[in-house]
Amino acid sequence: MKILVCISHVPDTTSKINFTDGDTKFDTNGVQFVINPNDEFGLTRAMWFKEKQGASVTIVNVGGPETEPTLRKALAIGADEAIRINATPTDGFFVAKELAKVVSEGNYDLVIAGRESIDYNGGMVPGMLATFTDANFVNMCIGLEIEGTSATAIREIDGGKETISTNLPLVVGCQKGIVEEKDLRIPNMRGIMMARKKQLTVLEPSTSESHTKIASFEKPAAKGAVKLVDKDNLDELISLLHNEAKVI
Amino acid sequence: METVQQDITRGGQFIVKDTACENVFTPEDFSEEQQMMRDSVKEFIDKEVWPNKPRFEKKDYAFTEEIMKKLGELGLLGIAVPEEYGGLGMGFVTTMLVCDYISGATGSLATAFGAHTGIGTLPILLYGTATQKEKYIPKLATGEWFGAYCLTEPGAGSDANSGKTKATLSEDGKHYHINGQKMWISNAGFCNLMIVFARIEDDKNITGFIVEYDAENPNGITLGEEEHKLGIHSSSTRQVFFSDTKVPVENMLSERGNGFKIAMNALNVGRIKLAAACLDAQRRVITESVKYANERIQFKTPIAKFGAIKGKIAEIATKAFVDESASYRAAKAIEDRIQARIDAGNSHQEAELKGVEEFAIECSILKVAASEDCQNCTDEGIQIFGGMGFSADTPMEAAWRDARIARIYEGTNEINRMLSVGMLIKKAMKGHVDLLGPAMAVKDELMSIPSFDIPDYSEVLSEEKEILGKLKKVFLMVAGSAAQKYGTELEQHQQLLMAASDILIEVYMAESAILRAEKNAKRNGEEASKYQIAMAQLNLFNAVEKINNKGKEAIISFSEGDEQRMMLMGLKRFTKYTNMPNVIALRNMIAEKVTEENKYCF
Ligand SMILES: Cc1cc2nc3c(=O)[nH]c(=O)nc-3n(C[C@H](O)[C@H](O)[C@H](O)COP(=O)(O)OP(=O)(O)OC[C@H]3O[C@@H](n4cnc5c(N)ncnc54)[C@H](O)[C@@H]3O)c2cc1C
Ligand SMILES: Cc1cc2nc3c(=O)[nH]c(=O)nc-3n(C[C@H](O)[C@H](O)[C@H](O)COP(=O)(O)OP(=O)(O)OC[C@H]3O[C@@H](n4cnc5c(N)ncnc54)[C@H](O)[C@@H]3O)c2cc1C
Repeated sequence: MKILVCISHVPDTTSKINFTDGDTKFDTNGVQFVINPNDEFGLTRAMWFKEKQGASVTIVNVGGPETEPTLRKALAIGADEAIRINATPTDGFFVAKELAKVVSEGNYDLVIAGRESIDYNGGMVPGMLATFTDANFVNMCIGLEIEGTSATAIREIDGGKETISTNLPLVVGCQKGIVEEKDLRIPNMRGIMMARKKQLTVLEPSTSESHTKIASFEKPAAKGAVKLVDKDNLDELISLLHNEAKVI
Repeated sequence: METVQQDITRGGQFIVKDTACENVFTPEDFSEEQQMMRDSVKEFIDKEVWPNKPRFEKKDYAFTEEIMKKLGELGLLGIAVPEEYGGLGMGFVTTMLVCDYISGATGSLATAFGAHTGIGTLPILLYGTATQKEKYIPKLATGEWFGAYCLTEPGAGSDANSGKTKATLSEDGKHYHINGQKMWISNAGFCNLMIVFARIEDDKNITGFIVEYDAENPNGITLGEEEHKLGIHSSSTRQVFFSDTKVPVENMLSERGNGFKIAMNALNVGRIKLAAACLDAQRRVITESVKYANERIQFKTPIAKFGAIKGKIAEIATKAFVDESASYRAAKAIEDRIQARIDAGNSHQEAELKGVEEFAIECSILKVAASEDCQNCTDEGIQIFGGMGFSADTPMEAAWRDARIARIYEGTNEINRMLSVGMLIKKAMKGHVDLLGPAMAVKDELMSIPSFDIPDYSEVLSEEKEILGKLKKVFLMVAGSAAQKYGTELEQHQQLLMAASDILIEVYMAESAILRAEKNAKRNGEEASKYQIAMAQLNLFNAVEKINNKGKEAIISFSEGDEQRMMLMGLKRFTKYTNMPNVIALRNMIAEKVTEENKYCF
């Protein structure tokens, strides 16, 4: 089985977010980047398929050279090889188009992506990718087993779980649950040393088509101080909720 | 071999020679691979060790062992071990980096790790035969076995060569029988192998042995109870008793009578790694302290905004920065030295041994400086936490108790202070470092009229570098004159040696910080490096004050009359700034950055 894991290179969740160029660009200054957490869950599941079922695992990213340390970390965790499409991702459509080309040319049986990236939180790439490659698609995937060419996937739905039987080729948009936090792996030293010797292929993008454009960014309003209202003073509470917070 | 040594800085030479900033390695120079290793270690410690700090305080020795096993699985016990023996064969800088980040969360793990990978494994790596290495190193490198190092005895601590443990050859000549008592043995409770030093007959020097230990089949070895200690509560520390313990003759390490040398060389590595082990401990204390200071409100103000607290934050952050700068500078010098020896045809073993030995002075300097800075850092950490710092519910209390041991083991700081100056003088006598020439030049300078030109200080840190050059002269003046006066009796003037050593230490540490800041300012611009520059300046100011004080103490102790007046004048001249830095402003600037970032951020 050939597995492709899509890796998005995202700011660490503790980063301070700022914008530049008149609030049209994300300021990467001093920001630590990591493997998108959903993708890390997916990669960890892929490692399980590699170790238990002999799958091969390729990772792919659409991004500039600055994403390579993130890719090498994924290689150190155990992926076999990496592909980087050398382009600044401009929107989900563009990313999905580029990934689709890699999927088709590489004949991957299973594509594991994250449900959403924690930077732009579009949640669009996996669905589009399944469409462009004519593959089956399971989103919000929290469990995945493969037997030959058939797959059993568990999907989170409102208030419960849904078990889906489907076939390869398959794209999943996964999240925590496909493996648990405790299953995540810290790259060991030998893995880190071997990562240097693994293939990292850089491909040029094939299109520049994108359908959306970022007009500007804006930070959420800072949280105000908490106001304590006496439990017997319901009138004041209602007045504050109505006039100040404007929620009722 | 002398040819390889020409173009590389020799150990101890910093005191007479200037180093260009391009030629020092700084923490900003780590390769991507090194950063990845560091991040892995950090991730492991943050996940598995830091949240379990209370278990380490409750003397959960088994937990230390469990974490050590996991370090083995990650490959962290074999970092410095050559690949042919199941390790990773990484260089000295990477070895230090891993040690640094493993050691910050609790001294218990730092000690277990240090004792195992350093003094527990190294003697075999450095002195073992091929057979010994094949037999034992792969087990130690993976954590299948753990090692301990048995040098200290009830009657032989600092005087390590005075041990009474005996090794007697059996009649058939096939075994030695070891008899004696060792004390303060780290990892004793869970080790499978001990490096034991014992005396054969009435030899002048002790001999090293590799002794296997299996609790099921103890071979005359009994362990004392766990010691009740001030800190490092989950590091196993016990006495070890040997009663007719049979050790095959092929388990002798190196040659008969070579034990003291083995012990000392293993300690050189142990010392510089102990300095590394004091780095992340400081970073964590600083980060915890500043987080607390930002949140703790008194007088309607976060205490981080009070100048008194800012002063503390700035000073402890500066020392951590200085210690990092010096530790990695020395680590790379050692790594380069080892490589140069390998290139010149030395065996790996020989190169490693001589490479570290060359920088034994720096190893001692770093051990003393980093252990004392770490102690001070945890002390100020408690102070920033106020009453909460005194509570065992916050991490400060344990950090403070754990930091204390670093000033005692691997040679007490007093012993290391004396060694640093003693070794330098020895090197001078061997002609490896020319102290005499520069010392004479300083004397001539003292007789001449000082220049009143105001130099051009427009280059970044140029005034600081000039002062540094003068501080080196203080050392040469004090140590040179004292050596001339007392000759071989200098050893007996310990307080003088302590003062000289303090000057030596301050110079190396201050220079390392200045060179790091300068290197970064040159490549990233002064604005981008302004905090590093400020820390280098603040630290130098403190160094100047200390050197002034120690210099005075020393000079007055051994000179009188005109000579004394001249040297005191010299001291004044050599510790004089043209433009005094405003250290209060520097501290504010540094502290405000740390509080803004809410963590140690350099
Ligand atoms: C440096 C940079 C500059 C950008 N500039 C622009 C811009 O100018 N205009 C604009 O509209 N957007 C810009 N973006 C955002 C970019 O459009 C999104 O990163 C991309 O569209 C993915 O969409 P998403 O984040 O919504 O992904 P989602 O759909 O939320 O991601 C789901 C999953 O898809 C996969 N995936 C997502 N992105 C990638 C990727 N790049 N490579 C491999 N797999 C991936 C991952 O598995 C991820 O978990 C930029 C992003 C970056 C990093
Ligand atoms: C927790 C812990 C773990 C340890 N682990 C190990 C281990 O794994 N293996 C091992 O072999 N040892 C170990 N040790 C022993 C340690 O190395 C010794 O404690 C240390 O070398 C000091 O020896 P001592 O305790 O006998 O002190 P002493 O030598 O009695 O020193 C007492 C004081 O006198 C000073 N002093 C001694 N001699 C001189 C001198 N010539 N001039 C001036 N001052 C002097 C010292 O600096 C010190 O301040 C450990 C100790 C502790 C506490």
